[in-house]
Amino acid sequence: MTDPAPDSAHIVPWQYSPAPVPRELANLRSHYRMFLGGEFVDGDGESLTSINPATEEVLAEVSGASASDVDRAVAAARAAFERSWGPMPGSERAKYLFRIARLIQERGRELAVLETLDNGKPIKESRDVDIPTAAAHFFHHAGWADKLDHAGHGANPRPLGVAGQIIPWNFPLLMLARKIAPALACGNTVVLKPAETTPLTALVFAEICEQAGLPAGVVNIVAGADDIGAEIVAHGGVDKIAFTGSTEVGKRIRRTLAGTGRKPTLELGGKGASIVFDDAPIDQAIEGIVGGVFVNQGQVSCAGSRLLVQESIAEELLDKLHSRVATLRLGDPLDANTDVGAINSATRLDRITELTDAGDSEGARRWTSPCPLPDRGFFFAPTVFSDVQQSMRIAREEIFGPVLSVLTFRTPDEAVAKANNTSYGLSAGIWTEKGSRILWAAQRIRAGAVWANTFNRFDPTAPFGGYRESGFGREGGRAGLEAYLDV
Amino acid sequence: MADPPPSTPGSAAPAPPELPADLAEVIRDDAALKRFLHGLPGVDQVGLEQRSAELATRSIKKDSKLWAIDTAIGMVDLTTLEGADTGGKVRALAAKARSPDPDRPGTPRVAALCVYPDLAATAAEALAESGVGIASVATAFPSGRSSRRAKLAEVELAVDSGATEVDMVIDRGAFLSGHYGRVFDEIREVRAACGSTHLKVILETGELGTYDNVRRACWLALLAGADFVKTSTGKVSPAATLPVTQLMLQTVRDWRDRTGHLRGVKPAGGIRSTKDAIRHLVAVHEVAGPEWLRPALFRFGASGLLNDLLMQRRTHFDGHYSGSDHVAVDH
Repeated sequence: MTDPAPDSAHIVPWQYSPAPVPRELANLRSHYRMFLGGEFVDGDGESLTSINPATEEVLAEVSGASASDVDRAVAAARAAFERSWGPMPGSERAKYLFRIARLIQERGRELAVLETLDNGKPIKESRDVDIPTAAAHFFHHAGWADKLDHAGHGANPRPLGVAGQIIPWNFPLLMLARKIAPALACGNTVVLKPAETTPLTALVFAEICEQAGLPAGVVNIVAGADDIGAEIVAHGGVDKIAFTGSTEVGKRIRRTLAGTGRKPTLELGGKGASIVFDDAPIDQAIEGIVGGVFVNQGQVSCAGSRLLVQESIAEELLDKLHSRVATLRLGDPLDANTDVGAINSATRLDRITELTDAGDSEGARRWTSPCPLPDRGFFFAPTVFSDVQQSMRIAREEIFGPVLSVLTFRTPDEAVAKANNTSYGLSAGIWTEKGSRILWAAQRIRAGAVWANTFNRFDPTAPFGGYRESGFGREGGRAGLEAYLDV
Repeated sequence: MADPPPSTPGSAAPAPPELPADLAEVIRDDAALKRFLHGLPGVDQVGLEQRSAELATRSIKKDSKLWAIDTAIGMVDLTTLEGADTGGKVRALAAKARSPDPDRPGTPRVAALCVYPDLAATAAEALAESGVGIASVATAFPSGRSSRRAKLAEVELAVDSGATEVDMVIDRGAFLSGHYGRVFDEIREVRAACGSTHLKVILETGELGTYDNVRRACWLALLAGADFVKTSTGKVSPAATLPVTQLMLQTVRDWRDRTGHLRGVKPAGGIRSTKDAIRHLVAVHEVAGPEWLRPALFRFGASGLLNDLLMQRRTHFDGHYSGSDHVAVDH
């Protein structure tokens, strides 16, 4: 018996033909307007230019808000809260939420393509994860709208009033759904500001609100940069602030709200640990690590960006990890076969570059995927740093890019100590075949979500939020309702 | 239970010289073998199936689809394993194997024709000089329930009749009762009886119950000298599934990393459409690696798949679907 020799003549590389999803599905327009009091209007602020991070082409001009526009939006939300939405029975509110959920599904292809154009994320993620999960949030919360008395927050919980909501650019529509769905289910009205670089799907969502016949002023969407976010946070007519974004901005918001009696929910940064014990299901752990840190180009606050691997299997795991990461396909986000798309902006790319350079100078060992990079657009090849130590910046700071820092540990106690040795506390993963060890570790890790033998699984029924500098308050599930109720 | 006492693995045939020292050690005795197999990393069902679902979403079209179709045709073990098989049916399939689509001479021929051992001579005669392999199931296929003597006699019949490949079934009863040594010995003896004939070991994964067992059975077969690990007989449901194929591909990749040797994978049973075959090829490409994308290292055990591949191939060139009567029906 002879071994089939690795005869290079027989090895024909299989090139997948490009499988682009038609860009036309996005119904892209050259100009988008804000949604205020049930009408699409031009704001008085500076216009925003939305660009495609995969090509650096201008996608659209977006009318920007001024401080007076924020005033108008808050006034519209207040009026709607007092006249229509607040007094409406929960069973009636539920109908609107169901309608919105169904419209998101119906316009799912359009929203997915638009999201990918605006954000740079692979179409398979926007199509298979972001948009369906956004719809799921509305379906889930529609169910709660008439059952709030039974949610465990008291007999007759009341809405707070007008909620100011500020969302980031990494999951534009999904973050919107996570904010708007519970707010509306609980009877609040909202003024939402999407991120400066990714406002488009939020403005199409405004059309969906119109299609659903939502009373004017219940949902208001203003576009703008950080200054407009600050206007919303400081606005006296707002009863509640929900923010997802950086820890730095979260701290500023906390200072602004201190003593005002207005409730905040803050979902901030993270530096999640994936702990791989030596008895882990190794091939699935590899998949979980890859999904944990390379999904959405690593631009996920709950990313498993720190891999803690038991020293006895570190070498084997690292070899396998490199081979697996090398198979990730980077490129045109609209190609259905793309695994890793574009970084959201030049600013973000610079930040990733700066932090990875710090990894080099601190003495970590860098491995970069051999995948080719496109000539244009903001791309960063999947990168794995090994020989990382707790004291290095790449082990402590949130990189928010496709960069994994690999550290090792010797005992379960050491693993938990290292996992907790961070100023954040949003997520963690435990990989082991031993059930008792999962429970043991999960009780000791200070993080809002601890996954066992999986990573980055989301569901509207599960509460999501952080410890320490990862923020406070929860979104999702029964716990998430509390943020929008006077309890 | 009247199980015979566990035998010492390796007693029937000498360990192949190519096994590295650490792996030669694990087949020293039953206890070492069991320790090794039970010490393999576990398989997480949710994660494995999730990856398969992701692999199945690859969009393969145009040139890459044609490449996949031609590659898949060249990997087909065209199979007939019915009680009603006759010389006539085998000759009909042999003609199809040589020239799957006579209207299109560029169509690749299949890898092998797979038959019962009593028909191997017929297949060998019909396929002389064709380059198509003659695969024969043996060892009391499909149940594997007979005496060692009867099983080896079947292997001998197949080899003497001109089979170039033997597809054996493992003793699932011995495996599930933890008698790994017995399974190991049997594969070793069949391996020895095969001589230079290619040996595919059928694990009948649908009967093994867990993915952990599938991984253990794969390692056991490779340690005993299998050239290929094969999922199923096609007589048990579930037969070949994408997660099981993925798991086997992981194992041969790990085997390559440990030993430097390349071993093959053959999903069999249940793969009927081009779409499904392409999903398996994507798994080969992305799990084991492009090196495995050739008939020497990957096969499809199938009867109906070839016609769908041929129809899809015609559709690629003609630009329209031509219908099933434009390709030969052989049953």
